[in-house]
Amino acid sequence: MLRYVFRRLLTAIPTLFVIVTMAFFLMRVAPGGPFNQERGLSPEIKANLEAQFGLNDPLWLQYVHYLGNLLRGNFGPSYNMPDFTVTELFAKGLPISVQLGASALILALLLGSVLGTIAALNQNKLGDYTVIALATAGSTIPTFVIAPVIQLLFGLTWKLLPIGGWGDGAFINKVGPVLTLALPQIAIVARLMRGSMIESLRSHHIRTARALGLSDWSVVVKHALRGAVLPIVSFTGPAAAALLTGSVIVETIFSIPGVGRYFVDAALNRDYTLVMGTVVVIAIFTIVFNLIVDVMYAVVDPRVRYD
Amino acid sequence: MAPPETILDVKDLRVRFRTLDGSVEAVKGINIHVNAGETVAVVGESGSGKSQTMMAAMSLLASNGEASGHVDYRGRNLLTLSKSELNKVRGRKISMIFQEPMTSLDPLYSIGNQLIEPIRRHRGLNAAEAREEALKLLRLVHIPDPERRMKSYPHEMSGGQRQRVMIAMALANDPDILIADEPTTALDVTIQAQILMLLAELQRKLGMAIVFITHDLGIVRRFADRVYVMRQGEVVEEGEAEAIFANPQHAYTRMLLAAEPTGTKAPPPANAPVVLEGRDVEVTFKIGGGFLAGEPLMLRAVDHISIRLQRNQTIGIVGESGSGKSTLGRALLRLLPSDGLIRFGDRDISTADRQAMRPLRRQMQLVFQDPFGSLSPRMTVGQVITEGLLVHEPNLSGKQRDQRAVEALREVGLDPNARNRYPHEFSGGQRQRIAIARAMILKPKMVVLDEPTSALDRSVQKQIVELLRKLQADHELSYLFISHDLAVVRAMADYIIVMKQGKIVEEGPTEAIFSNPQAPYTQTLMNAAIDVTRFRLSA
Repeated sequence: MLRYVFRRLLTAIPTLFVIVTMAFFLMRVAPGGPFNQERGLSPEIKANLEAQFGLNDPLWLQYVHYLGNLLRGNFGPSYNMPDFTVTELFAKGLPISVQLGASALILALLLGSVLGTIAALNQNKLGDYTVIALATAGSTIPTFVIAPVIQLLFGLTWKLLPIGGWGDGAFINKVGPVLTLALPQIAIVARLMRGSMIESLRSHHIRTARALGLSDWSVVVKHALRGAVLPIVSFTGPAAAALLTGSVIVETIFSIPGVGRYFVDAALNRDYTLVMGTVVVIAIFTIVFNLIVDVMYAVVDPRVRYD
Repeated sequence: MAPPETILDVKDLRVRFRTLDGSVEAVKGINIHVNAGETVAVVGESGSGKSQTMMAAMSLLASNGEASGHVDYRGRNLLTLSKSELNKVRGRKISMIFQEPMTSLDPLYSIGNQLIEPIRRHRGLNAAEAREEALKLLRLVHIPDPERRMKSYPHEMSGGQRQRVMIAMALANDPDILIADEPTTALDVTIQAQILMLLAELQRKLGMAIVFITHDLGIVRRFADRVYVMRQGEVVEEGEAEAIFANPQHAYTRMLLAAEPTGTKAPPPANAPVVLEGRDVEVTFKIGGGFLAGEPLMLRAVDHISIRLQRNQTIGIVGESGSGKSTLGRALLRLLPSDGLIRFGDRDISTADRQAMRPLRRQMQLVFQDPFGSLSPRMTVGQVITEGLLVHEPNLSGKQRDQRAVEALREVGLDPNARNRYPHEFSGGQRQRIAIARAMILKPKMVVLDEPTSALDRSVQKQIVELLRKLQADHELSYLFISHDLAVVRAMADYIIVMKQGKIVEEGPTEAIFSNPQAPYTQTLMNAAIDVTRFRLSA
C-alpha cells in the first residue's frame, strides 16, 4: 500500500507539470495582459511595470523563470495586488475556504447518507418520495438563490445569523455559508446513497444475512451500508477538491475573504501569477483527494489491493 | 415405528408479485410438507415457483412480493410471525443456502467474522467461544487450514469453498431444516459431487431435514426421499422419489425425465476436408505488471493444443471452469492473440490481422453462453440478426436483408414476426435461437458454440441441441462445441477433447471417451456427472 501511495505521488509530478504548462500557455493565448485593462496607465508606466515583472521577455523564458520559481515554492507577486505575493494571499484565504468547505462536506456526507439510507429503506413509500423531492429541490435551486434567501430569512427577518462577513471565524458567521455550500451536496449524496443502498439491499449476501436471522441493524448497517458507501467515497474526492478551494458565489454573497474569488477575479484581470497559483492549488487538492479516495477504497473493500 | 413427525407444513401457499403489468401469481396454492430428518426435493424448471415457495417460507421475497396461506414450522405459521420472532427461527431452526456461492457471502468481511455473527446472535456465546465454534464448523465442512481461512475474505476462495462456508454458516446453530436452493448449479461437476457428498455426510452426522430446490434430476435421483414436481406455480406430482422415477404419472414429469438429450453424432468421413486446424496453439495472459509494479505474472491459458476440425464434424471441448476451453475457442477464431499455427481451409491465419480476418469472419461464427447478455437490448431482433450482413454483404438492399432475416428466423424455428420485437420479450431458449439465427444468416462454414445450452432448462436444452443438429445436417456445418455438460456433449459431438489447466488430458471419439475413459481426470469427470448411485442410504 505504501509503495502504491509512493508510486501515485511520483506520477503526480508529471501530471502537475502538464497542468502547469497548459495553464501557463493557455493564459497567455488569451488577449490582453495584467496592465492593459481600463486603468488609464500611461504607456511609460505600463512599460516599466511590464519590464519589472519580466513580461517583455520571450514567452519561453518567462515560462522557464516561472517553473524555476515554482520549484523553489515561489508563486511570484500578484500583478493586481502588488503588495502581496500569491503565497501570502493563499496563506490568508485558503484556511478560511478550507474551513467552510470541510464543514460543508462533512455535513453533506453525514446528512446525505442518512437521508439516502432512509429513502432506500422506504423505497417507493412516503419517506422515499420526501427525500427525493428535497434532493431534487436541493440540486436544482442554484446557490445564488439559496444564499440570499438564507440571508433574508435568518439574517434580516429572524435576526439569528449575521448577514455576512467572516467575523474572525466566529461560529455564527460560518452557519450561512456552510449551509449554502452544503445543501446541493446533501442532495447529491442523498441521491447517490439511495441508489447504491437500494442496490446493496438487493444483493445476495444481504439475502444471506436475512436468512441467517441477523438483526435489522446488522443487516442494514453492518452489511448493506458498508457496501453502499463506495460510490460516496468516489464522489468525495472531486467534491472535496472543489469545496475546499472555495466558492466564488458563496464567498462573494457572504463577503468571506476566502480564495474562491481569486480564480474569477484573477482570470478576468489577467493576473497571471494568481491564476497559476490557483491552478496549482486546485490541481494539488484534486490529486491528493483522489489518492485519499483510492486508499479509502482499499480500506473499505478488501477486494481492492494495489500491490 | 412411530410415524414421521412433520416439522414444516406448507398449506395453500400463494405468492404474488405486484408488477407494472398487474399482479402475477408465482405460487398458486401449493401444499408441501417436510418430515424430520428426511430429504425432500422440489423439482421444476425456471419460473415454476420452486424457489419462491421457499423464499416465501423464509420471508425473503422481493419487496413487491407477498405470500398468503400457511407455512407452519412446528405448529407456528412463519408468515404471521413478528420480525423478531421470525429471526429466532431463521438461521437457527431453518436455514438456507443459495445458488450463487460467489455472491452470497459479504465480500467486505472475513469468513471468520461472518461465521461468528450468527453463532453469537442465536446462541449468545462470547467472542472466544463463538470463534471456537466457527473453527469447528470449518473443520466440519472440510475447509483446509481453518485457522488461516478464518481471516480470509470470500474473494480469496473458490466457488466450492465458498459454498462450504455457506453450508457452515447455515449449520452453525444446528437447524432442523436446511433449505438448499440449487446449491451446486453454479459449480463445476467435480465440485458439485463434492458438495453433494458433503451435504449427505452432514445429514448423517447432524440429522437435519434437507429441502432441495433443483432442476437437476440427477441430484433428485441420488438424494431425495420424496419429490414434489412443480410447474407454473403448482405442484403437479408428488411422491416417493423411487416411485416417481420408476413410474411418473404426470405428463410434465415424464417430459422432464425424457428431457436428457439423447442420440449420437456420426463422425464425418475420414477424407472430409479440414475446415479449421490449429497446431501447437498457445495463449498466454499477462497479469499485473506495469510502471513500478514489478514483473507481471504470466498465465498460460492454452498450452500447446493441436486440433483438426473437418467439415460436418462436431468436436466437443470439455473441461471445468478455468480449463482454457473458451480461450481456445476464441484463439482459434483469432479473437485473441496466440502463438502456433492456425489454418482456416487452406489459408494460414496465424498472423492475420483484423483487416485480413474480416472477410473470413462471415464463415466462422460464434454463439455465446449467455442468451441475456449477448443480444443488444436496444436493437430489434431484426437489427440484431442482420447487423452482420451490413458488414459482409453491404450490397444487399434493405428489403433483401429483411428477407434474409425472415429466412434465418424460420430456420431456427421462430416466427418471422419476431424481427420487429426486442430481445427482452423472449425467453432464454428463444433468445438462444435468435443468437443462432444471427450466426446462421451469414451462412458460415463453422460455428464455435461456447456453452450454448448451459443457461437453459433441460427441456429447452434438448430443443436447442436438436436445432443445432438439424442446422448441421442441412448445411454441412462444423461445430466446436465448448461445454462442461457431458450429457449434452455426448449427444452433440463425434469427437471429444478433455481439457484441464490449458492442456489436453485426453481426446478421442465420443463413445470411446465415454465408455472407456483413460485419464484419471476424465474418469473423475465422468463419475461426477453420470454416476447414478445414491449417496444416501437412509431407510
